[in-house]
Amino acid sequence: MKKTILSIATAAAVLSFGTLAAEAKVKACWIYVGPIGDFGYSYQHHQGLLQAKEKFGDELETAYLESVPEGADAERAIERFARSGCNIIFTTSFGFMDATNKVAGKFPDVKFEHATGYKREHPNVSTYNSKFHEGRYVQGVIAAKMSKTGVAGYIASFPIPEVVMGIDAFMLGAQSVNPDFKVKVVWANTWIDPGKEADAAKALIDQGVDIITQHTDSTAPMQVATERGIKAFGQASDMIKFGPDTQLTAIVDDWGPYYIERIQAVMDGTWQQQDVWGGMKEGHVVMAPYTNMSDDAKKAAEEAEAKIKEGFNPFTGPITKQDGTEWLKPGEVADNGTLLGLNFYVKGVDDKLPQ
Amino acid sequence: MRIELVKRPQHSALFSALSPFIALVLTLIAGAIMFSMLGKNPVDALYYYFVDPLREVWSLHELAVKAAPLILIAVGLSVCFLSNNWNIGAEGQFIAGAIAGSVLPVMYPEFQSWVVLPLMLIMGMIGGAAYASIPALLKTRFNTNEILTSLMLVYVAQLLLDWMVRGPWRNPEGLNFPETRTFHEYAVLPEIWASSGRAHWGFVFALIAAVLVWFMLSRTLRGFEVKVLGQSPRAGRFAGFSSTKMVFFAFIVSGALAGLAGISEVSGAIGQLRPSISPGYGFTAIIVAFLGRLNPLGIIAAGLVLALSYLGGEAAQISIGVSDKVARAFQGLLLFFVLGADTLIHYRIRFIGSAPRSAEVSHGNA
Amino acid sequence: MGMLEAILLTIATAATPLLIAAIGELVVERSGVLNLGVEGMMVMGAVTGFGVSLMTGSPWLGFLAAIAVGALFSLLFAFLTLTLVTNQVATGLALTLLGLGLSGMLGEGFVGMPGVKLGNIHIPVLTDLPVVGKLLFGQDPIFYLSLLLTGGVAYFLFRTRAGLVLRSVGDNHASAHALGTNVIRIRYLAVMFGGACAGMAGAYLSIVYTPQWVENMTAGRGWIALALVVFASWRPWRVLAGAYLFGAVTIGQLHAQALGIGVPSQLLSSLPYLATVVVLVLISGNRRLTLVNTPASLGRPFVPDR
Repeated sequence: MKKTILSIATAAAVLSFGTLAAEAKVKACWIYVGPIGDFGYSYQHHQGLLQAKEKFGDELETAYLESVPEGADAERAIERFARSGCNIIFTTSFGFMDATNKVAGKFPDVKFEHATGYKREHPNVSTYNSKFHEGRYVQGVIAAKMSKTGVAGYIASFPIPEVVMGIDAFMLGAQSVNPDFKVKVVWANTWIDPGKEADAAKALIDQGVDIITQHTDSTAPMQVATERGIKAFGQASDMIKFGPDTQLTAIVDDWGPYYIERIQAVMDGTWQQQDVWGGMKEGHVVMAPYTNMSDDAKKAAEEAEAKIKEGFNPFTGPITKQDGTEWLKPGEVADNGTLLGLNFYVKGVDDKLPQ
Repeated sequence: MRIELVKRPQHSALFSALSPFIALVLTLIAGAIMFSMLGKNPVDALYYYFVDPLREVWSLHELAVKAAPLILIAVGLSVCFLSNNWNIGAEGQFIAGAIAGSVLPVMYPEFQSWVVLPLMLIMGMIGGAAYASIPALLKTRFNTNEILTSLMLVYVAQLLLDWMVRGPWRNPEGLNFPETRTFHEYAVLPEIWASSGRAHWGFVFALIAAVLVWFMLSRTLRGFEVKVLGQSPRAGRFAGFSSTKMVFFAFIVSGALAGLAGISEVSGAIGQLRPSISPGYGFTAIIVAFLGRLNPLGIIAAGLVLALSYLGGEAAQISIGVSDKVARAFQGLLLFFVLGADTLIHYRIRFIGSAPRSAEVSHGNA
Repeated sequence: MGMLEAILLTIATAATPLLIAAIGELVVERSGVLNLGVEGMMVMGAVTGFGVSLMTGSPWLGFLAAIAVGALFSLLFAFLTLTLVTNQVATGLALTLLGLGLSGMLGEGFVGMPGVKLGNIHIPVLTDLPVVGKLLFGQDPIFYLSLLLTGGVAYFLFRTRAGLVLRSVGDNHASAHALGTNVIRIRYLAVMFGGACAGMAGAYLSIVYTPQWVENMTAGRGWIALALVVFASWRPWRVLAGAYLFGAVTIGQLHAQALGIGVPSQLLSSLPYLATVVVLVLISGNRRLTLVNTPASLGRPFVPDR
C-alpha cells in the first residue's frame, strides 16, 4: 500500500514537473505565401523565424509551412497549426486575412498575428505591417541625387495599395530634391519571375531611365542594371551580392525584432491585441548600407532617414494628385486609412492606375 | 535482354484490380527511399503522408473540401479524354464559371433570397460551358489543336479575373484591395455538417456528378458514342455518330462541371472573388482523371487519394520538416507508377533473351 | 546603342530559350510522340545548369550538364510511353510535376547566390559596327547555337534520309515498321534529343538570361514552347518566326507600359497568349496546310505486333 502511494505520488510529481516544463516551451508557427527560397518577401519572414529561434533557443519550438496558396488551402493550413499546439501563429500575407480571422474565432486560446491586413474580428487577432514607404521615400531622395536623366524606372508587381504607396513615396522623395523628377512604371503582374523582371528592367532602361527600383522579389533587375552600368535599389533583402557596384541600398524587411517581441509577450502572458504599423523608428524598416553613391547623395539619404525617425511622414502636404487636384494642404499629414487604401498617384508619375 | 509487350486479347481482370495496389506499393517504396536519402525516417514520413490526415474528423472534412473540385473537374475531363478531346484548359473554365456565378452576389448584392444560390450554380455551369465551347468551336470549324487553344485560354481567363477584381468588381469598402465584396449569406454554399468541419455541398455535387456521368458512360448510348468516337473515329462515323457534335458535347459537359467546381469553391470555401482562386485544380484534375483511369467512380477514389497527398504533405512539412517540393515530386512519382502499373492490364510483359529472332522483327501489322 | 537595336536584342534573348525548347519538341512530335513534359525538363535543366556552373565556375560545363540531365530525364518519359506504352498526355504531365518538385528540392541550396554568367561574344571590328554590330555579332554564344540548331534540324528533317525516316515514323508508324524501321528506337532518340534541347533552354534561363536560381523560374515557358510547335505547323523555320513573334509581343507590351500607354496591363499581358490563339486559328484553318504537316501518328501508342 505504502509503495503504491509512493509510486503514485512520484508519478504525480514527475507528471506535474513534466507539464510545468512543457508549459515553459512556447510553439510559434509561421505560414508563408511563397517559398522561403524566393530570397525576397517570404525569405525575409523566415529570417525573422530564424532570429527568434536563435534568441530563445530551447524555450521556443517553431514550425512553418511555405508556398501556401491563398484561399481554401490557407484556412486549412492555419487550422492545422492551431490544432497542433501552436501558441502563436504568424500569417504573413494579406490574402490570409479572412482565413486567419475565421480560424481565430474557433481557437480563442491561440494568438494570431496577420501581416499587412486590417481585419481584427476577434480579440486574439493582431495585425502588423511595416512602413515600407518610408524606405521608398529615402530611395527617392537618393535616386534624384544620383540620376543624370531625371527619370527612374519602377518595376511593380500588382496594383495594390501597398505598391501604390511605394511608388508615391518614392516620387515624393525624389521630388523633394528635384521637383521635375519622373518615374516610369511597368507592371510585371507577378511577385517573382526573374525573366520577366529582367525584360521589364531592360525595357525601362532602353527608354532612358538610369535608376531602377522594384517591388518584385527576384534579383534579376539588379543583374540587368549591373550589365547596363546603371544603379539600382534592392528589394526585401540586401541584394548587394548581385550588384556589388550597382546597389545603392535596399529596403530590408527585418521582421525579427517584432517576432521576438511578440513571442516574448506570449511567454510572459502579456500578449494583447494590437495593430502595429512600424517603420524606421521602431526598427521594422532597415536600409542596407548606402553604397555606390556620391557623398552628397549619402548625406541627403542619411538626413532623410533621420528626419523620418524623428517622426516625419513622407505623406505630408502640400501634395497634388496626378489628376491635378489637391490632396494634402501644406503641413497636413495623410491619415492611415487613406494610405492603407491608396489607389491614386501623386503628380508626376507617368502611368495610369487601373480604377 | 529486351522488354517486349504482347497485347492481351482481353483486359486482364486480375491486373485491373491489382494495378492500383502495385502502383501504391511501388510509390511507397520509392517514397521510402527518397525520404531516407533526405535523412528522414521513412516510416514516419509515410505515416504523416497517408495515415495522419485520416485520424481526425476535422481532417476528413478538409479532405472533402480539397477533393471536391478535383473530382468534379476530373469527372468532366473523363468524358473529354475518353472521346479523344484533350481539354487541358479546365483551369480556365473553372475561373470562367466562378466569374459567371458571382455576377449576382457581386453586382446585385441587394437581391437576397433562397433562389440566389441555385441561380449562381446554374450560371456558373453556363459560364464554364460557354468558355469551354471556344476551343470546341475552334477545333470543329478551324481544326485548331484543342490542347493548345484551351491552354492559352487559361492564361486569358486568369488575367480577366485579375482585371475584374482590381477594376470593375472591386469591393467599394475593401480599402482598394483586389477582391470583390464578401458574398451575403444567401450566396454562400453551406456546409454539410457545420459543427464538425468545413466540408461544403460541393463535395456532394462531386459525388452526384460522378455517379451520373458514370451511369451515362457505362449504360447509355451516348456513353457508348463517347468511347467509340474516342477509340476509333472511323468506326464511329460508320455507326452514324457525329464527331463534331461529340466535341461540343464533351467540352460543354466538362466546362459545365469545371464551372460548377469554380462557383462552388468560390461561394463555399472562399466567400468572394480574388485574383487567385485556384491552386491549379484544373491541372491537378487531369492527373486525378488518369489516376481514376477515366472512370468516374475511380475518379472519386483518385481525387481523395490526391487530396490525401496534399494534406499529408502539409502534415509532413510541420512534423518532420519535409519541404513542400518533396510533396510535389511524390505526386509525380505516384502518377508515374500508376501509369506504369496500368500497362499490365493491357499487355503482358515478356523478357526476350539475347538471341533475337531476326525473322520476327521484319513482320508487323500493315 | 539605339533604342530599336536595344529592343531587338532584348527580344532575341527572350526568344532564344523558347526557340531551343520548341525545336527539340518539334523533332519529338515529328517522330509521332507528344511530350507535354517540356516545362519539367526545362526547369531541371535550369537548376542543373546553374548548380554545375556555380560549382565548377564554368558556364559551358553547366550547359553540358543541363543537356545531359534533360536527356536523362526525358528517358524516364520514353521508357514509360514507348516501352510500357502508357498514355503520353498523362505521362508528360507527370514528368512536369516531377521536374518541378525535384528541381525545387535540388535548388534549395542555391537560393540567393549570384550565378556564373555566359558573356556575349566579341569579334573585333564586326561587333562594333553601328546598328547591326551587336545584333549580329555581339550576342551570347547560345543565340548563335539556337540559329544553327534550327538550320540543322531543318536540314536533317528535310534533306537527309534519316530525317525522312523519322518523319515517316511520325506519319505512319505501322507502315514504317512494316518496312523494317525500328520505330521504338528512333522515337527514343527523338525524345532524348527533345530532352537535351529542353535542358539547354532551361540552362539558358539560369546562366545567360538571369544568372540565378529561383524555384519554378521557367514560369510557363515550356508550355509556350509546346504551343509554338503547333503554331509553326511543325516546320523549323516557322518555329523561329513564332518564337521571335512571341518574344516581340511580350517585350512590346512592357515597352508600351513604360511609355505610359493607358491600356490595362492585364490586357497587354494577355496579348502574347491571345496572339498565339489567333495565329493558331489562322494557320490551322487551312486544312491542307495542317494535314500535310501534322504528324498523323502524333500521340498514338505504338506496339510492334508479331
